[in-house]
Amino acid sequence: MPTPPKNNRKEREVEEESAEEIWILRLYVAGQTQNSLTAFDNLKKICEKHIDCRYRIEVIDLLKNPQLAKDHQIIAVPTLIRKLPTPVKKIIGNLSNTEKVLVGLDLRKAE
Amino acid sequence: MPATKRKMNTKTAHAPIFEFEKIPSGIKGLDDITRGGLPKGRPSLVSGGPGCGKTLFAMEFIARGITEYGDPGVFIAFEEKTDDLKKNFKSMGFDLDDLVNRKKLVLDHITVERSEIEETGEYDLEGLFIRLGSMIDEVGAKRVAIDTLEALFSGFTNEAILRSELRRLFLWLKDRGVTAVVTGERGDRTITKYGLEEYVADCVITLDHRVTNQIATRRLRIVKYRGSIHGTDEYPFLISNDGISVLPITSMSLTHIASDERISTGIPKLDTMLGAKGFYRGSSILVSGQAGTGKTSISATFVDAACRRNEKCLFFIFEESESQLIRNMKSIGMDLEPWVKKGMLRFHAVRPTAYSLEMHLSTMLKLIDEFKPTVLAVDPISNLYPIGDDIQVRSMLMRLIDYAKSLQITGLFTNLTNDAETGMYSLEPTEMHVSSLMDVWLILKNIEGNGERNRIFSIIKSRGMAHSNQLREFVLSDRGIQLRDLYKGTEGVLFGSARMAQESREAGERIRRNEETARKKRELEAKKTVMENEISLIRAKFAREEDEIKVLIGQDVSRQKASENVMKEIAVQRKVDK
Repeated sequence: MPTPPKNNRKEREVEEESAEEIWILRLYVAGQTQNSLTAFDNLKKICEKHIDCRYRIEVIDLLKNPQLAKDHQIIAVPTLIRKLPTPVKKIIGNLSNTEKVLVGLDLRKAE
Repeated sequence: MPATKRKMNTKTAHAPIFEFEKIPSGIKGLDDITRGGLPKGRPSLVSGGPGCGKTLFAMEFIARGITEYGDPGVFIAFEEKTDDLKKNFKSMGFDLDDLVNRKKLVLDHITVERSEIEETGEYDLEGLFIRLGSMIDEVGAKRVAIDTLEALFSGFTNEAILRSELRRLFLWLKDRGVTAVVTGERGDRTITKYGLEEYVADCVITLDHRVTNQIATRRLRIVKYRGSIHGTDEYPFLISNDGISVLPITSMSLTHIASDERISTGIPKLDTMLGAKGFYRGSSILVSGQAGTGKTSISATFVDAACRRNEKCLFFIFEESESQLIRNMKSIGMDLEPWVKKGMLRFHAVRPTAYSLEMHLSTMLKLIDEFKPTVLAVDPISNLYPIGDDIQVRSMLMRLIDYAKSLQITGLFTNLTNDAETGMYSLEPTEMHVSSLMDVWLILKNIEGNGERNRIFSIIKSRGMAHSNQLREFVLSDRGIQLRDLYKGTEGVLFGSARMAQESREAGERIRRNEETARKKRELEAKKTVMENEISLIRAKFAREEDEIKVLIGQDVSRQKASENVMKEIAVQRKVDK
């Protein structure tokens, strides 16, 4: 099993949960702007703290791959897309509002 | 130094008045109104309510830009999927797939659904810019259309970010040097729902789809066009199967060739009134009159005459069905059915309210193209008024007439007037509008009097020919239309049964007078006879008396002789000496 780029959980927990469960998070940015850096930092923190299973963060720079903006229907940046687990979730902004991010990622029920 | 000064002065003196460079919009008629098209390298805003033709406007701008002006384009749709767009525009003759394959067009559909988006903190719309930029680069686009940009407002909650990004977008489009058409939804009090007009300073056009009396009509208006002269009216526009066409009311060119050929009206007396020859070929004729004055009969007679000359006729009827009209015309001794069967005559019978003016016009033009008639009749145009106002009907008719004239088609149009109470030639404003389009204007009028109604016919105008100024009585019989001279006599002008009564009265009078004369003649004869009798009597009497007197005279003479003889004898006897 390949090692995911970021993993904060214990081996014991992996065995308990389904082997298929993995989070794939895509962060679309346009160059190294303040917002994209903030978004990446925030995302990393949230993942470390709140995601219990394996996850992978893919950063896509639209300046390098402009075609992907069309293919993936991206308008705003930064945009975070939860590819897995389904359903696909879409969050925009620099992810500074942790509560909203958690709700958006289904990690917490909205109050 | 003085040299440079002078140079500068001349420069300012010759500096042209600033005006944007324009590129043709590709939309029929719009470039006439804007005197050249849309501002080049700048965004223009097209706003309007749902279904008013914004998407079509934007797409024609792009597609015609490619096909007619060779400008590659990008079309971004926020509302319709690209497949739907392709399907919709295929029916209008745009093969978008082909344009895409030829690398002239990029179509993109951007979906914005708030339900699937969570906003957390700051963001910008750089993704949209990157997308747009890459598409522009892909085909080297010169034209960009964004339909409808305001869809973004339903996708993002942070209006402050959105507005600053939109401002940036318009500046960015300008920087890229593309000519853009951005569409927006009409707002309650503002031009667009979210005030996009704030960002577009150069050219703002509104489209309108108004429903009056259940019939929809479309209008276009240029709200602003900085640094350019433009028409400020509301221009009616049509959406037909070849796209939008704006009808610039004043900019119609009058370039058709006028024919010298004359064609019969089908009514011999009317031909006589029109300089003995009839209408000019390719002219437009208005027949107006009140209900039941015989307008349809005049149209049908004209059409019938054309068919007899082997000309093809197209007859638009808005009041009756084809079979009803054919039946009714049989009552005045005219049978149109054979012409229909021979393919010389085609009817198009439809209620005017069936669809909008623009549809009527496009249907008519299409039929003209298909059938290629030389004579056209529309009965009556007044039925179009419920579905559009004067100007719209007028501009529609103008288009129809101009089109007909360009093809040398003679057009006869009837118009129902309802001013029964007013004077004979008081004209309705609507008629005034329409009549100026017409070369010939015939009027039918009901005149009531002596307990009956009669029809009076006259020619109000007939351009380019000498024509009679006389009123005629219009009589419909089973032998068709007849125009009779009015009775002009001591009793004034009479018509109808009054005319007939007067005529018979005159005839009686004449007979009576003839008899009187004859009687007098006879009397005179008789007198003469009496006189002659008397003369002969007198003469006879005279003769008799003459005879008597002569006898008496003779007796006297002989008596005297006798007495002389007696005296002689006495003398002899007495032996009288001499």
